Amino acid sequence: MRGRPNLYVSYETESSILPTWTQRVSIVVLLTVAALLPFSLPVIDHLPIIRFLGDPDWIRVLTNAVIFAIAALGINLLSGVAGQVSLGHAFFMGVGAYAAVLLGGASSTNLWGFGLPMWIWLPGAGVTAALVGVLISPTAVKVRGLYLGIVTVGLVYIGVHLSRVLPEISGGAEVGRQFPSLEWRWWKEDQPFIDFDTDGHWLWFDISKNAKTYLFCLAILVVMTIVAKNIVRTRTGRAFQSIRDRDVAAEVMGVPEARYKMIAFATSGFYAGIAGALFACFVGRLPPETWDLILSVEFIAIILIGGAGTTSGALLGAFFVVLLPKFVENAAHWMGGQAKGDGPTSGLWDIVISTAPGDGGIISSQQLAPGYPLPISAIPPILYGVLIVGFLLFEPLGLFGVWVKIRNYWKRWPFSY
Amino acid sequence: MTGIVPVLAISFGEKFLQTSAKALALGSIYALVALGFVLVFKSTQTVNFAQGAIGVAGAWFTSMLLIDWQIPGRWFGGVWLTWIIGIALGAAMAAVLGLVIERTIIRRMIGEPLFSVAVITLGLEVIIRTVATDAVTINSRGLKFPWGLSEGWRIGDAFIPRGYVIAIVTAALGFVAILLFFRTRLGLAMRAVAYDQEAAMAQGISVGKVFAVAWATSAALASIAGVMWSAAPLGPGAVSIGITGLAFRALPAVILGGLDSVNGALVGGLVIGGAEVYSGEYLSAYTSTLGVGFQLVVPYIVMLIVLLVRPYGLWGTPEIRRV
Repeated sequence: MRGRPNLYVSYETESSILPTWTQRVSIVVLLTVAALLPFSLPVIDHLPIIRFLGDPDWIRVLTNAVIFAIAALGINLLSGVAGQVSLGHAFFMGVGAYAAVLLGGASSTNLWGFGLPMWIWLPGAGVTAALVGVLISPTAVKVRGLYLGIVTVGLVYIGVHLSRVLPEISGGAEVGRQFPSLEWRWWKEDQPFIDFDTDGHWLWFDISKNAKTYLFCLAILVVMTIVAKNIVRTRTGRAFQSIRDRDVAAEVMGVPEARYKMIAFATSGFYAGIAGALFACFVGRLPPETWDLILSVEFIAIILIGGAGTTSGALLGAFFVVLLPKFVENAAHWMGGQAKGDGPTSGLWDIVISTAPGDGGIISSQQLAPGYPLPISAIPPILYGVLIVGFLLFEPLGLFGVWVKIRNYWKRWPFSY
Repeated sequence: MTGIVPVLAISFGEKFLQTSAKALALGSIYALVALGFVLVFKSTQTVNFAQGAIGVAGAWFTSMLLIDWQIPGRWFGGVWLTWIIGIALGAAMAAVLGLVIERTIIRRMIGEPLFSVAVITLGLEVIIRTVATDAVTINSRGLKFPWGLSEGWRIGDAFIPRGYVIAIVTAALGFVAILLFFRTRLGLAMRAVAYDQEAAMAQGISVGKVFAVAWATSAALASIAGVMWSAAPLGPGAVSIGITGLAFRALPAVILGGLDSVNGALVGGLVIGGAEVYSGEYLSAYTSTLGVGFQLVVPYIVMLIVLLVRPYGLWGTPEIRRV
């Protein structure tokens, strides 16, 4: 059906993950670029934006975004596809992280850990979080809508408190403990098979430790995305959507509500658990207060900004929400430097950035500064807030909706509809 | 400070009296915050997660009025009068903030899914809290409480700080004011809107005005509750970001009573405050097992249990679900 991309002649083609050739080609290009990004290669090194994402300091931010994308896929399945409002995603990530540290962490006199290899602790983290999700899910049958949202808020606070009850696992409030390092061992042998903590040499490339971690997380993200995409387009996903759209009607049609809510919580918990374990091990040392309500809100922001209920939206949102504040932060630092210097545009930046007290800029050039010119560290959270409010007000379908609008404009050009 | 030594030596009966006073004080502050939640939910069908952040902002405004700008102090004598006017003005500024939020953002979201509106308030919470934290945390901001924070009354060996009594009285006044307000024309309109927005509109009620009043009132209540909680025996004695935590712990109170019940807010606030204070006081021997600060989680556990038994709280109206 060349030239008529919207004409589907079979159900299989309509529900396939990548129905058109354009999509297939662009996904392959995107994945190739993403995989080759950390290496210094002739073409990739000159693409705008992509060029510096491979830099050593940016690649860590990018890895962070990849890990958050995994978690975002999970909350998208639960809140976006199955429609169960959850502010407890941070709690599930925390469960995953502490399952990982319990299975894979080093033990000492006051800390528990079994020191098992990663191929046990990483799935273990996901499974533990999924089981916790199964335990929570009966609540979702009983309690609906905003009430469920508030219950999950309670879950986050209870979770943070549990870390105080069990310092043997969490390492204690505000202290935290060392999470297992990312390295692939078959069992407890001395030399790991793949070590993500030292620079190395793969095939004919030099590869830094950050690039290794990035590629590993990217591989997991790709697998998890395919799984998520497939969950959405099969029987389970359709059941989720029917529950989201009208749960009573779904039950009338014979969709067992309790069972599918359980599956939704379990899969979402699995994703969150894997992402939580990866995130904790990637950062290395985290206080239990990391798994706070703010983190949950960040994930709500991710799926709403990306476009709730769409897998590609969740991915877009994760990259957008993690990378944008970093961009803005860097831009603010750069503007601060410009305002202090005496370049031709110095005066322009001086309006925005406050270099000395009382010169009227709204952003201080300092990273941390109390009082009126806001410090640069305050910008990312404010940006989240503004983005959440802005997208919900003006573009409820999120970045995905923006993309659909642009696509439809060109598809129908020169007609407006 | 005079209270500390006798506290350790008091007998069972006096400990109970003293704990009950604290429970009542904290409970009435929770009830005030919960009342704000209920007002907003009744009119706009939304949970306002930004309540705590607005409370911090209100307390911050109050502190600015009382200390930085000395606004009431310039024209009025008398410590108490100045303070009360300062609090009222701070609450009015918070109310203006609530009005602005309602008019510019929430009003546009009419007809959108409730979840989206709730998430918008979460976004607002993040913004307001970040700005307020920056303004409040580094330099301690006092609130010029007109009574000595360590003063109080002594009944037998029990010591009841004045802040407790003042908090209880304020909450009682707040509730009486709201109940009286429901008897006015506008209050009646609000009840009608809570019942059915379209029917109320058909009767000539301005739904927008009701929304605005609800948001302004709830913001003012949050501000007052924030200031009252900051008084020393309960809070840190200065404006602190802990007020956001206070509002999130008042959520269990409002859920317990039912999101749309004023009486429920009062009972829920008192029950949650009581659960928190009594468990903190009487289970303190088991802190090593339960973890430091376990009493702050008790409200959520109570809420979970109640919700599993009664999904719409004790007095909430069950949502009628149609296909």
